Amino acid sequence: MTTLLAGEVFVFTSTSETVMFWIVGTLAFFASLGVVMAAKAVYSALFLAMTMLCLAVFYFVQDAMFLGVVQIVVYTGAVMMLFLFVMMLIGVDSAESLMETLRGQRIAATLAGIGFGVLLIAGIAGATMHLRRIGGPAAAGDGATDLGHSNVEGLAALIFTRYLWAFELTSALLITAAVGTMVLTQRQRLERRKTQRELSQERFQPAARPTPLPTPGVYARHNAVDMPALLPDGSYADDSVSRVLRPRAVTRPSRQTSGRRRSAQSHLRLVSQPVDAAAEWVDAWMDGSGRGRHR
Amino acid sequence: MNPENYLYLSAMLFTLGATGVMLRRNALVMFMCVELMLNAANLAFVTFARLHSQLDGQMVAFFTMVVAACEVVIGLAIIMTIFRARRSVSVDDANLLRG
Repeated sequence: MTTLLAGEVFVFTSTSETVMFWIVGTLAFFASLGVVMAAKAVYSALFLAMTMLCLAVFYFVQDAMFLGVVQIVVYTGAVMMLFLFVMMLIGVDSAESLMETLRGQRIAATLAGIGFGVLLIAGIAGATMHLRRIGGPAAAGDGATDLGHSNVEGLAALIFTRYLWAFELTSALLITAAVGTMVLTQRQRLERRKTQRELSQERFQPAARPTPLPTPGVYARHNAVDMPALLPDGSYADDSVSRVLRPRAVTRPSRQTSGRRRSAQSHLRLVSQPVDAAAEWVDAWMDGSGRGRHR
Repeated sequence: MNPENYLYLSAMLFTLGATGVMLRRNALVMFMCVELMLNAANLAFVTFARLHSQLDGQMVAFFTMVVAACEVVIGLAIIMTIFRARRSVSVDDANLLRG
């Protein structure tokens, strides 16, 4: 650590950079705190994107133009969107279990984290103090680059000379990762795919329904696809809601009394509240408790 | 201000990420905390590159980003596979090897 810090003793930053550091640094710290503490995975992902943007600002300030752009494009652009994509596939509201399998694990983990942080920061501080005391060597150079004229040119010179072999290996790693992902996510089909003839024959079996399913009640009463359509006699057509929405329990994270629930979500509603004639079915459906079919 | 403050910030971010890995159960959130740790290490690399006026630190940070991208792709594929088999992303539920 002492040798790593050897170049820094006489380097000081400008006032504008100091102001920037304290503002963006605070932001980055609290955003990363949010990654750890946020109740839902989506909030964590957005906090992480914010942290990465703050770090990109730091890269820009520290003369790492190329890395800053890569940070924004690769991390906040590609990686975080991949995270969000998988989150949407898995189910946004998949709640985290609060039950501890190991007793006292949470407290122990927090204590271990704090101790680790104290050790890390004390190590850096100790090395810096040591350098200050012995009066370490001055900075090696004044420019930000040692090979090219600008940051990008310098990096390019390094990549294609000294680090060429590592860079080539990186491409092999990327290809391996892509192939591995395809192998991992491929699902083997267990039964034969049904032909169109079989599908249409199944459709006209006595128990089946030959016509298409009714569309959901968008704009009939609400502005959401999770609301069932109304039949001519005023009752609900529960076939009109996609089956996908039910097992993922996207609708209701909290279970409260029905009156409070309706008032809580009234901002989502376009038109007036549903008639109370068949409200039990909708409530049962919103609670995700099976198929309480109204009729 | 000394540029070493960047190092302190990087240490704090790394610590937060490590604590998150230990605290959270959702595999996706744990994975995000790992990303946070990688980012903190990157910040330290860039700061060292600046302190030494050499670009090698930035090169290492660049390679870290590449490896992190591969890791995210593979890790998310594994999480998807586990979710498909167990219908859960909690790491407590993935105990197939337990006797």
